[in-house]
Amino acid sequence: MPEQPHQPVRDALTETLADQDAGRLADVHGPYFGQFGGRYVPEALIAALDELEAEFRKAQQDPAFAADLSRLHREYTGRPSPLTEVPRFAEHAGGDAVRIFLKREDLNHTGSHKINNVLGQALLVKRMGKSRVIAETGAGQHGVATATAAALMGLECVVYMGEEDTRRQALNVARMELLGATVVPVTLGTRTLKDAINEALRDWVTNVESTHYLLGTVTGPHPFPEMVREFHRIIGAEAREQMLERVGRLPDAVAACVGGGSNALGIFNAFLDDDGVDLYGFEAGGEGIESGRHAARFSGGAPGVLHGARSYLLQDDDGQTRPSHSVSAGLDYPSVGPAHSWLHDIGRATYEPVTDAEAMEAFRLLCRTEGIIPAIESAHALAGVLRVGRRLADAGQRDQVLLVNLSGRGDKDVATAARWFGLLHEEPATEGDQ
Amino acid sequence: MTRTVTTSPTATRLDALRAQGRPALVGYLPVGYPDVERSVQAMTTMVDAGVDVVEIGVPYSDPVMDGPVIQQAAEAALAGGARVRDVLRVVEAVAERSGGEVPALVMSYYNPVLRYGVAAFARDLAAAGGAGMITPDLIPDEADDWNAAADEHGLDKVYLVAPSSTPERLRLTAQASRGFVYAASTMGVTGTRASVGDRAEQLVADTRAAGASHVCVGLGVSTGEQAAEVGRFADGVIVGSAFVRTLLGEEPWPERLEALGEVTRELAAGVARARTGVAGGDA
Repeated sequence: MPEQPHQPVRDALTETLADQDAGRLADVHGPYFGQFGGRYVPEALIAALDELEAEFRKAQQDPAFAADLSRLHREYTGRPSPLTEVPRFAEHAGGDAVRIFLKREDLNHTGSHKINNVLGQALLVKRMGKSRVIAETGAGQHGVATATAAALMGLECVVYMGEEDTRRQALNVARMELLGATVVPVTLGTRTLKDAINEALRDWVTNVESTHYLLGTVTGPHPFPEMVREFHRIIGAEAREQMLERVGRLPDAVAACVGGGSNALGIFNAFLDDDGVDLYGFEAGGEGIESGRHAARFSGGAPGVLHGARSYLLQDDDGQTRPSHSVSAGLDYPSVGPAHSWLHDIGRATYEPVTDAEAMEAFRLLCRTEGIIPAIESAHALAGVLRVGRRLADAGQRDQVLLVNLSGRGDKDVATAARWFGLLHEEPATEGDQ
Repeated sequence: MTRTVTTSPTATRLDALRAQGRPALVGYLPVGYPDVERSVQAMTTMVDAGVDVVEIGVPYSDPVMDGPVIQQAAEAALAGGARVRDVLRVVEAVAERSGGEVPALVMSYYNPVLRYGVAAFARDLAAAGGAGMITPDLIPDEADDWNAAADEHGLDKVYLVAPSSTPERLRLTAQASRGFVYAASTMGVTGTRASVGDRAEQLVADTRAAGASHVCVGLGVSTGEQAAEVGRFADGVIVGSAFVRTLLGEEPWPERLEALGEVTRELAAGVARARTGVAGGDA
């Protein structure tokens, strides 16, 4: 019998705190988050990862870098993103016991939180003197954001995308091409995000001297999980200030969807050291855990190594990666950022699956009650917050304040939603109206 | 209990060949392509035709260091139901076939080994007669568990270096390796190439200077001529895709084995003449 490689971490929280100078969960740095993270990559990439980390550390200390990034946030992305209360939506989550606020990352330029990380890394690429960036994309949001930053900064850009995803997200493929990027459909393996990352890694091993791999989430080898978290830190920092200003106190709970987990970590981070704030990550439950067709790493996975990091992973008894499934391409990934695995093991955040059907119901509800079309990824967080709100109301709690990261807008998902709800009746297209 | 390992099965073989005045031919094939039985036949064909060290590949769902040829074979092997326990069976068969003379090294990405249990895998690999393991996505920095298990069972630990490795990393890797150090001839993934990078010779020299007693070169070698050229300065020439490619066709299986034997003999002739003074493109 194979041994179970995973030992539960008992005193991980205490140990981790003792390890860190600052003692704050929000400042834990790589390469390890508890027993997770690391650098499980070919030796050929180590020099580039070291170079990237060194440049990142220098940039963190450089006021000019902070000023450049802050100017781009303000003048290009449109930050700070607003905080919107959604009372008509909140009625469906426990009547009047619950107030829900959305952090509007959907209103950023390019339509999601992804731009925060992309601009930060693109500035680093300029500092390192590299001329070419490559990226993986699932839903296309990270690919669009990368193509955007590459256009802005005059970098060559190649985006790897699973063939299956290029079909699901054809509009985003066109968007990337309009921005001057080359989109390479990946026809290997499951033809989704995981295989796009494999192809991007192969490209990087080959072209590492001229090329930066602009990884789109808090996964991958060190320093990516920490660095990408730092570039998304602004989401939570703004939201925290906005909550204090609007409500006069911190929220009772914060919710986000978790694919790789960058938007979740970005908003969680500002509240990690506030004991009174519960943190919820919602994974893609797909067609249900029992169906086997899902991307719920914490419910249906075990610790393992994929794409450079040790983390929770969907895998079979032989350590082969099991294909994930979700209605949302952006959550359709068999592993998760190592910091989330750590937060899960130390009990600081709670991770629950949300099925395709629950997410689509929440998607429709937000459209109809608030006039906001969310990304299907973000709709998982909305479905989750409805669940949390009802639970609190059922438990007799009152005056609960819940904060949701609305990580992206749903324009890219209109075709999927229209099919899901059977809205494509007769004429499939009315382009003559334009 | 950890015992001190004084001999390496693979280094012993490389030393014997060095005494004969030639480098080793190291041949890779994945387990389970086209099925487990026939992959054993292919490996023994390779041994009979002149491979000195066998690299037995564990098929994996996400082989980021492999090009299209090996990916295709691995995907087919997994689709055909190849399992990690089959790998141990193949190791045993190869070790038996050569009477233990040909070291059988497993080549595996880390997660299948992690899932099996690192200590259990080392124990079972040693029991099957395996010589050790090559780990393309495990660097010594992350390998405390594997190093301890390999030491306990007297297994070789083959780590990779690349043209991008710094002198400090060459030292670290040379120190952590046992058997040989795998020098990637070029920046890239496995696959056949028109020419082997000119950085390979310098990398081998640098790796030796960093303390490695044996350095073998892989990535891109597919012809006898390339093998002779690389064999001039390396202790071993590692070939993968060029062997796997002979097995991928639609031809009847015996013909594919015949093609594999032919390519093996060509490469074996290449390493045989590597140090006779007539090697290289001008020969």
